[in-house]
Formats: sequence, structure tokens, C-alpha cells
Amino acid sequence: MSFMKKPQVHHAELPVNGLGYTVRDYEGGMSTLCAGCGHDSITAALIQACWGLDIEPYRVAKMSGIGCSSKTPAYFLREAHGINALHGRMPSIATGANAANGELHFLGVSGDGDSLSIGFGQFAHAIRRNVNMLYLIENNGVYGLTKGQFSASADIGSTTKRGEANEQPPIDPVMTAISLGCTFVARGFSGDKEQLVPLIQAGLRHRGFAMIDIISPCVAFNDHEGSTKSYAHTREYFHPAIHADFIPPREEIRAEYEKGRAMPVELHDGSTIVLRKIDVDHDPTDRAGAIAYLERHREAREIVTGLLYLEEEGSDLHANNRTVPRSLVDIGMHENAEAILEEFQAGCR
Amino acid sequence: MTGRVNDFTLKIATVNGTGSASANSLLMKAIFRMGVPVMGKNYFPSNIQGLPTWYEIRVTDPGHLTRSGEVNFMVALNAETFAKDHAEVTPGGYLLYDSTWPRTRELDRDDIHVIGVPLARMVNHHFVDARTRILMKNVAFVGALAALLDLDLDVIEQLLTETFGARKAELVKANMEAVKLGYDDVREHYDCPLPMHVRRADMTAGHVIVDGNTTAALGAMLAGATVGAWYPLTPSTSVMDAFKGFCEKYRRTADGEREYVLLQAEDELAAGGMVMGAGWMGARAFTATSGPGISLMNEFLSFGYYTEIPGVVFDIQRVGPSTGMPTRTQQSDLMECAYAGHGDTRHLCLYPADPAEAFHFSMRAFDLAEHFQTPVFLVSDLDIGMNEWMVPELQWDPRYRPDRGKVLGRDDLERLSGPFRRYMDPDNDGVPFRTLPGVHPAGAFFTRGSGHSKHGTYTEDAAEYQEVMDRLRRKFETAREHVPAPLIEYAGKAFSADGRRPQPVKYGMLTVGSGDSAVREARQNMKAGGTEIDYCRVRAFPFSDDVQRFIDEHDTVFVVEQNRDAQLKSMLLCELEVDADKLVSVLHYNGLPIASMDVEAAVLDHFRKAKAS
Repeated sequence: MSFMKKPQVHHAELPVNGLGYTVRDYEGGMSTLCAGCGHDSITAALIQACWGLDIEPYRVAKMSGIGCSSKTPAYFLREAHGINALHGRMPSIATGANAANGELHFLGVSGDGDSLSIGFGQFAHAIRRNVNMLYLIENNGVYGLTKGQFSASADIGSTTKRGEANEQPPIDPVMTAISLGCTFVARGFSGDKEQLVPLIQAGLRHRGFAMIDIISPCVAFNDHEGSTKSYAHTREYFHPAIHADFIPPREEIRAEYEKGRAMPVELHDGSTIVLRKIDVDHDPTDRAGAIAYLERHREAREIVTGLLYLEEEGSDLHANNRTVPRSLVDIGMHENAEAILEEFQAGCR
Repeated sequence: MTGRVNDFTLKIATVNGTGSASANSLLMKAIFRMGVPVMGKNYFPSNIQGLPTWYEIRVTDPGHLTRSGEVNFMVALNAETFAKDHAEVTPGGYLLYDSTWPRTRELDRDDIHVIGVPLARMVNHHFVDARTRILMKNVAFVGALAALLDLDLDVIEQLLTETFGARKAELVKANMEAVKLGYDDVREHYDCPLPMHVRRADMTAGHVIVDGNTTAALGAMLAGATVGAWYPLTPSTSVMDAFKGFCEKYRRTADGEREYVLLQAEDELAAGGMVMGAGWMGARAFTATSGPGISLMNEFLSFGYYTEIPGVVFDIQRVGPSTGMPTRTQQSDLMECAYAGHGDTRHLCLYPADPAEAFHFSMRAFDLAEHFQTPVFLVSDLDIGMNEWMVPELQWDPRYRPDRGKVLGRDDLERLSGPFRRYMDPDNDGVPFRTLPGVHPAGAFFTRGSGHSKHGTYTEDAAEYQEVMDRLRRKFETAREHVPAPLIEYAGKAFSADGRRPQPVKYGMLTVGSGDSAVREARQNMKAGGTEIDYCRVRAFPFSDDVQRFIDEHDTVFVVEQNRDAQLKSMLLCELEVDADKLVSVLHYNGLPIASMDVEAAVLDHFRKAKAS
């Protein structure tokens, strides 16, 4: 949570988006995270992604739980309302906020401790309700603010700075999300912005719960040799499976795609994601196939990245509820309250 | 006592899951339709089928809608509890049992009248289907009681017709056949009606029979609640069932689209978060739960208090601690609600006494929550929430306008010079202005449960932190005069020197919530015995100055509450400047609603002891 004001420096030559904003208009307060923290790169990718989508910053509701990752919503979109919820409880806040007004963009930032330990239940149930939101897990396998305990995403055999090895199996958010019926499941790496920005854009445009697990090394407590969430280890085992190109509505698909490897999927707002297969044996719209694919690569200790599973036909919380297509904030007063009261009481005599 | 007309208590002992509930409410409603005030209390087990259940009906033309504490007529239809039920009848009273199985040895009292009706034999002879036989046995005893107590058969038939509707006329016919079985048999063997019976009167006009969970739910809908989040929990579940029922009827557009969202959460913790999320967004949101749920919501109540997010929590109290007795009543969450959450927290609480007040306080809770930007409790209980009460008809106030509180809208923000500062105190009442997401870029701020300054920014600065905490305290003080005032009634007719209030007598009695009617009857009975006591019913927390004054102006104040640890008394001592020796606790916490006899006995006992010492 920043309490330092970031100087707003405007460069005349910065490009503007469709709303006339530069990326500077999408920034927030100064980060108070450690220098080199993966989370700051993700913040930069988020800024880039929102700018590129021409999103009005104030039409975003940004939210988080507790932890290093959860501090980051203060570092982007200064014109958006933000809420720093309780540890592991951002999904319930997001669910209630989204229920009240589904018209905004919902952007949640969480971490591995926040989502896979204390908030595992809420994470699962927000997926189950298919709350229309982008949900990022900034995953570093470690508790930073309490100084280096393992989180539930730590791999077996991964060691702490002091050399203790983790012996419990990790909870994989990607596998978990797919098995829970999540309609958009991706994995990225804070060190690969080129892959990450279109993933974030596709996730923001997806109608339903879009989960991106982002390996984001902790330079203070988990970037040493022996850690499986370090920059070095992630780079070595990084395995891009699918590249997602995000193409806004009405824009032509210009890139040349190799036959059989490109798969365009149209999103509800008319935009398109072209899924570029790097591994030909993976079809990201086949849930059973995606699980089998992930399992094969897990055995090879590879960190599979990209848009790994996508279901564009699923209906979200409001579609399931058949809610009126507008905010519920100012709805609710009954002009015929007296008649309603009388109708009720007629049956109570 | 046998000659009591329109003034007696009837208790029906049956087995859960046999359909006796509908027979019981049929009986109660029939008495109500005959114009005689009636109270109904359901004592049911935390079970779907097989455990004992009782229904107590008090026919009361003096209008004491509370348990008296005695049973004048027992309908003992449960073999398992027969001995206990038989023993409970007051001398001179009546006991009706199913004489298909004679109980010659157990019926060893000569101070009560025993009425045997072969219910099972008659019903089994008349009906073929097994389930029908079980159900109709209950209807048959209603018929027997109709003859004994002189209930109007036309009223019963009318009620059955309303229940089943014209389309199920054959069910009305079958039920009336069962009624007639009991009715005719009793008339053949006993002098009907008994000296103790119901006589038609005109005392229920302008009243309705409702339960407090339904009225609270209706209040929520009419107050404009659009988001409800909950986890099923007895005895609060019927709040959300009723809310859904009302919304399905009145909150769907012509196209069938819903103008509300109901979220069945994964637990109460999440339900609390959903209410906070919706409240932060600006919607009127609420949850309904009971003590165990409040325990789980504590972290969000602390969060809501400190971040100043409105939300309404209905706590339908049940017996604790822990799982306790889920289907029995108590007032044991008074302190938990008032101070829920870690850190220095305190919450506005409204304490309805009956379903009518539950309706009005439900609406009030939404206004207070938005006005003061904080979680507000409606502290009800199982007795109010799940029992059927006769109350005056609910009146709609055509002047009602929701109080949405200090919210800066688009135009306000357009004119705003400088950054928006969330936690200021521009009106010196402790209440800041807030903004809602998605309205205007100038309104943006970051809501956080961590330390924050009055500007809404993160802080660990000693003075900045304390400044916000002190303003929150001021806000709470402002609320003191905004919440419902206590109801105070003086016994004496003499007026005080200032000519405004009657002169107080020596003793006062103070209670909260559903203790109201028991205390009223006890006061009336004691007055007849020569002891006058003034009365104060606390209706909200924080306590207003009137409560302080009431205690000040009496030598002794009996504090009547339904928990073991004198929670209300503790709160009075904690919050007001009162002499602890003045307060005498009257505690009732066995899971049954407090009876007037309990109050009377405790007060008279105190007088006896005081006299002796």
C-alpha cells in the first residue's frame, strides 16, 4: 500500500489509446515492494493491458486480499476504486460487489497464500459461481511479509533460503481451476510480458471467471538455488504451450498463422483470441485433454504456460441469475409498497 | 379453574414429521378467526422425523401474548413423552390422549380430567393409505378439540379450503371427514363443550398472524435490499426463503429478469464478505444468520466497522454456546453482536420485540447502515422469528424515503476541487462522505482494513491512526439519538414536578426484545397483588440517555433477559454510569421463551429475600 505519491510526468511523445489516454493515465501510487519483485512486472503488464483495451480506469473495480501481491492494486489505475479485503477473502468481496453492479470491470489480485491456503474455499466458490472477473494469482511459493515460510504452491523438494526442503505436495491453481469448471485458465510468468499482456487482455474480455496463475519470483525469500519458483528455475523449465493473441472487435486478423496451429475463438464482445499452438497435441477447449496434457508436463517438471483452457459458452453469475442488465445500486424501492404490504397481510388473517 | 372461558393454555405433544404442525396452526388460526387473541409457540427438535415436538397455544382474552408458564389442557399424543406431559397439567386441568392404546396404569392422577379418544382406531378404520392415516390422526384431534372447546367447524372448513385451494377440494373433504371423526366421537362420550372453552369475541380485528422472519424479510425488500447473501442456518433460514419468495413475486420484470441477487454462500464468512462487497459498491445488502454465523463473520464485522461499509445482519438468536440447541430460543448473542470483531469495535443493534417491530426495524436497519456507513444488526431470536404471533396490522408510512446517507454523486464529484478525502468529518457528527465505484474518477479511493488516515491513505502514524479511531467513536455517539428510543411506561398516575413525566415508583423493570410480553403480564399480575413497577424496554444499542435516566430514577431495576450471564446488565454497566447494586438480574436460559410466571416468581422471590434480610 503506497503512501508515497508518484510524480506524474507526462511525455508529449507517449502514444495515446482510443480514449486519448497514455499509459501514465493507468498508473497508480509508487510501489513499496522490493526492487526486482516479480509483482511489479505484473503491475506494469496490467497497466499496459488496460491501456491497450481502452478501458476507462474509473470503470474498473480493483480488489485484493492480504499479502505482497494484494498491495499491488494501489500501484495501478489511480482513478479506480480499490478495496483491500481480508486475507483470503477477496473472492467474497468480489462476488458481492459484482452482484451489486456487474457493469464494471472486476480485477482481483491475489497470491498463493491468499488463494491456495487461507482463501482456498472462497477461491473455489468464486470459480463455481463463475463471477465475471479477472483473477490473478501472483505465485511465488512463499510467504514474504512473514519472512519466508512455504506456501501451498511450493513444490516438493524446493528449499527455503536456510535449506529446509518442502515435503508436502503443491496445490496447482491451474489444475484446481480446470477441475472446478473455471472457464478461462492460464499461466504466465512475470518475466515474460509479451506473453502476459495479451493473456490479461483476453482475461478481462472473457465473460466469466478468468484465472491467470503468474509465476512471480520473490527476490527476498525465494530466488535462491534450490527454489523451484526462482527466476532461474522458471526460465529453465518454462514451457509455452499456447500463445494467445488478443484481437479487439472489428480489427482484422492480420498475422499469418501456420495451418492447424491457429485457433480463433470469438469472445462475447466481438473480440477474438487467436490461440497459437506451440504444442500441437494440446487443444485448450478440451477439458479432459487439458488435464492430461498438464499431467504429462508436470511429470517432466515443466512449467506449462499460456491460455491452457477456455470455455467461452459458460454463463456467469448474472446470466445464471437472469439479473436485469444494469446496476442494482439504485434499484429497489417499490412504488406500490402499501399494496404489497396489504396483499401479504390479506393471507395472514 | 375449570370454568376458564377464553383464558387457558393448551399444549399438544406429538412426534416430529407426522404433519402435526399444520394441524396446530389450523387450531391457532381457528381461534384467531373466532375473534379471540391467541399465542402459539412451537417447540421442535433439530430433527426431520421422529423426535418429540410440542405446540403451545394460549387462548387469552386479556391479551397476554406470552407463555403463562402453566398448561391447562394437554393433548398427549406422543408415547415417549406421555409421563412427562401427563405430569405437566395443572390441577383441575384436562388431558386428552389416544385411547386406542389404554394407559390405565400411567393415568394415576385424580386431580385432572382425562379424555380418551380412539384416534388411531377411528382413522385407521376410515382411511386406507398409511401416510394419510398418520396425517389424519392429527386432523382428527383438531375435530375432538373443536367439540370440547366449542370451535366453529365452519371456520375450520374455511381455513382448510384456503390452505388447499379450490383445486384440491378432495383434500378439504378428506380433512373434514377426519375432523368429524374426532368431533362426533367426543360429543358422543363427553359433555361438550367443556367449562373451559372458546367463546366467539371481537378482539382480533385489525390484527394479523405473522412470524418475525417473514416480516423482517418483507421489510428488507421494501427497504430496497437488492443483494442477500447467506448460509443456511436454523433459525434464520426462513428469512432468506421469505425474501426470495417476495422478490420472485415483486422484483421480476415483465421479461422475468431479476432485480435482485441472492447468493447462497459457502459459509457465513463468505456471506459476510459478499454483504461488504455489495455495500461497498453501493447496494443495500444483508445477510441472515444466527450465533454460529456471527462467530464466523467477526472478521468482516471488524472490517466493516473500520472501513465504514454499510451492511445489515439479521441475527436470529438460538441457544448457544457452540451448536447448542439450534431449535430453541435465547438472547445470548447480545454482547457478541454489540462488540463483534477484533480491535475496538462496536455496532449499532436494533432489538425488536415481536414480528411487527421486526418489520419496522428491518427497514430502519438499512437506513441506519447507510446513514452511519457501518454494519447494523437486527437482533431477533427464534421465538420472534419462527413462531406465529398475533400483532396489530403492519402499517406503511407513505412518507418513507430511504436514507442513503452522505454519498457524493457524479455531479458533486464533477465540482470537487482537490482530491476526494474519504474519512473526514465535515459536519462534525463523525459521519464522513463516501463515493461509489464506477461513478466518477475524482471519487476514487482505496478502501483498506489496515491503518488509514482521514484522507483514506495508508498510515502507521500514531496521531493519524488515532484521529480516525476517535472520529469513529464520535460517529457512534451521534447514532445514540438516531436509533429507536426505549419504550418507557410508568405505573403511577402522579406526575413529576416538571409536569412532563409521571412520578416514577420505587421499582423499575428493564428488558429487551422478546421478553416484552412476559414482563408486561408479570407487571399486571403484580399490580393486582399491590406491587407497582415501572417499565423500560431497550430497543437499540447504543443506549440512549433515557435508559440512563430510567435507571437513575429507580431504587431497584430488575433486568430481565434470556441468557445465563446477564449480558444486557453487563452492557448497561459497561456503557452507562450506573450503580451496580441497583440492578437485579432476572435470568431465563433453558431454551423455552420466558414465561410471565418466571418473571413474577423471580421478582417476588427478591422481595421476600430483601424483607428477610
